[in-house]
Amino acid sequence: MEKFLRHQGQVVPLNRANIDTDTIMPKQYLKCINKYGYGDWVFDNWRYLDPGDVNIPTSKRRTNPEFELNSAKYKGATLLLAQKNFGCGSSREHAVWGLRDYGIKVIICPEFPDIFHNNCFANGLLAIELKQEEVDHMFYLAESDNGLMATIDLNTQQVQMNHKTIKFKIDESLRQNLLNGYDNISVTLQQSEKIKAFEHRYFKHRPWLNVDLG
Amino acid sequence: MTNSLFDKIWDSHCVDTNRSGRSVLYIDRHIIHEVTSAQAFEGLRMAQRMPWRKGSILATPDHQVPTTGREQGINAIHDPIARLQVTTLDENCSEYGILKFGLEDNRQGIVHVVGPEQGATLPGMTIVCGDSHTSTHGAFAALAQGIGTSEVEHVLATQCLSQKKPQSMRIQIDDELPQGSTAKDLILYIIGQLGMAGANGHVIEYAGKAIRQLSMEGRMTVCNMSIEMGARAGLVAFDETTETYLRGRPFAPQGPLLQQALEHWQTLHSDKDAIFDQDIRLSARDVAPHVTWGTSPDQVVPITGRVPDPEALSDTVQQAEYQRAQKYMGLSTGTPLIGIPIDRVFVGSCTNGRIEDIRSVANLLAGKTIAANIKEAIVVPGSGLVKAQAEQEGLHTIIKAAGVEWRAPGCSMCNAMNPDHLEPEERCASTSNRNFEGRQGQGGRTHLVSPVMAAAAAIAGHLVDARTVSEV
Repeated sequence: MEKFLRHQGQVVPLNRANIDTDTIMPKQYLKCINKYGYGDWVFDNWRYLDPGDVNIPTSKRRTNPEFELNSAKYKGATLLLAQKNFGCGSSREHAVWGLRDYGIKVIICPEFPDIFHNNCFANGLLAIELKQEEVDHMFYLAESDNGLMATIDLNTQQVQMNHKTIKFKIDESLRQNLLNGYDNISVTLQQSEKIKAFEHRYFKHRPWLNVDLG
Repeated sequence: MTNSLFDKIWDSHCVDTNRSGRSVLYIDRHIIHEVTSAQAFEGLRMAQRMPWRKGSILATPDHQVPTTGREQGINAIHDPIARLQVTTLDENCSEYGILKFGLEDNRQGIVHVVGPEQGATLPGMTIVCGDSHTSTHGAFAALAQGIGTSEVEHVLATQCLSQKKPQSMRIQIDDELPQGSTAKDLILYIIGQLGMAGANGHVIEYAGKAIRQLSMEGRMTVCNMSIEMGARAGLVAFDETTETYLRGRPFAPQGPLLQQALEHWQTLHSDKDAIFDQDIRLSARDVAPHVTWGTSPDQVVPITGRVPDPEALSDTVQQAEYQRAQKYMGLSTGTPLIGIPIDRVFVGSCTNGRIEDIRSVANLLAGKTIAANIKEAIVVPGSGLVKAQAEQEGLHTIIKAAGVEWRAPGCSMCNAMNPDHLEPEERCASTSNRNFEGRQGQGGRTHLVSPVMAAAAAIAGHLVDARTVSEV
């Protein structure tokens, strides 16, 4: 996985709570079996006025001028700011692949639901939880005429803005994985011997589980 | 001993915990379906890894599966991209020797219906599936978590999850559910109380008299929707109801192994003095049939209620959400839920696609006909075996006689990935689990209800209190 050390970018504010993964990546795009190429479909129902599907080129669909991601002001933004519970609902990782492929590097929100949070880190996206008042302050700046540029430093765990720095805290294992670009599976496989020993003990005590289905 | 049920399952599966508190958690059962597994197998292949324990895996296609024309097998799926996803699951399972109930198999169905009915879901297990409603299996005192595709690959490769121990929450439901209210009404009520993010980071244990009195089907309905409050999992302690359900299931232990298993299973409850990070107590006494009015499962009221007033909320973010939901749903403040006209009715899903659900629907529909304004009402059994059981009981005859379609098993209109979906602005009484914008089709409007409430809406042609329909 790509390393994440520091990132500077513009903030796009989505001032809504409980934005679910059905909204981030609608169902019709989940039939694809590839892991990339979802960027044009992220927030599909909000972003376009015409209905979409895998075979309909997004260039032929009218965009919704009222949606934040379509505003010239937020063009090229790489930091997404949202209200509480962004990414709730379905476990579809396609939602994170869409955000990643669109170019989002960091998502900031007061509280993430667990599955989405895990999916972000598995794909090198940094999901940062800040206090509600800090998020509200960032909304105020991002929605102002000048917009908001911010630098995220994963090493010092700081959001740096003009005249203000906010501290954040990331789970230390996840932070190390991102800083070093470790792949989660390789990290766990370093424990292979322990897992095997565990299995041995475990099945001895629970022989009814030592059954192969296939 | 002062351990919670969650502590017991967690501790017995914890392989290792590192200095920052992250654990390697051993996984007993891995259930897979077509939508969230293809990329995981591809990742496995690219890294030249093999599944750690292929015998722990059960696969079945459910999301893309059509509910008509199933005699055509794979050709019943007309969309070539969706078809490729299902054949990719077939190929992956063949390549690695994984047990799969394919389209032609009578045992095919929704992952969360198939696991329990096969006895592949057992008490004390850790279970994962690339699907958020994996929480369903918690009804069996199993720690069942929904995961993303990267984690599916992780479990394939390592038989473990890497995670921090979630916090614990007990939701104790005292008293008995009133006549005419169901497990679905109970969980909708709970979600209304806690909110969409009320259980983020927590594993919920449901306890109390009202839970103990539920059948396994009812408990699965409750655990299923734990994720709608953000919970990592939902749990119900093991008891005789669990044991009775499991006896004789194909993959459940038998004979001396069953005796040994039972000894362990009987410990699968929270100890008397167990401590929970959050302890919530509610009563089932006043839980009326519930119905959602908005675009998230916590926007819910009793059927006798009205669309709430956003202005009455103090939180401005929530106010905006309510306004947005009203607009999307085409409803305004103060509108009574009873009387809202319905276009389509959907009975099915991992929440309410089990035999008990279908029995309750047939019971209400018996001798009646659906209203003229209903464009389509469908009953989609959760699995081939549920379908066969219902047909053996003659339920399909009653259902069809009422003008309701009897379909083949799958997720169907719950997430509308197959051809069953709503057109823009169509309104649906649905027994599924999510009423998000566009969930059942772009622009579609979903009202979540229990099976009996969905059947009642089909008869009345509008949302109605099912308790009054049998008297009509």
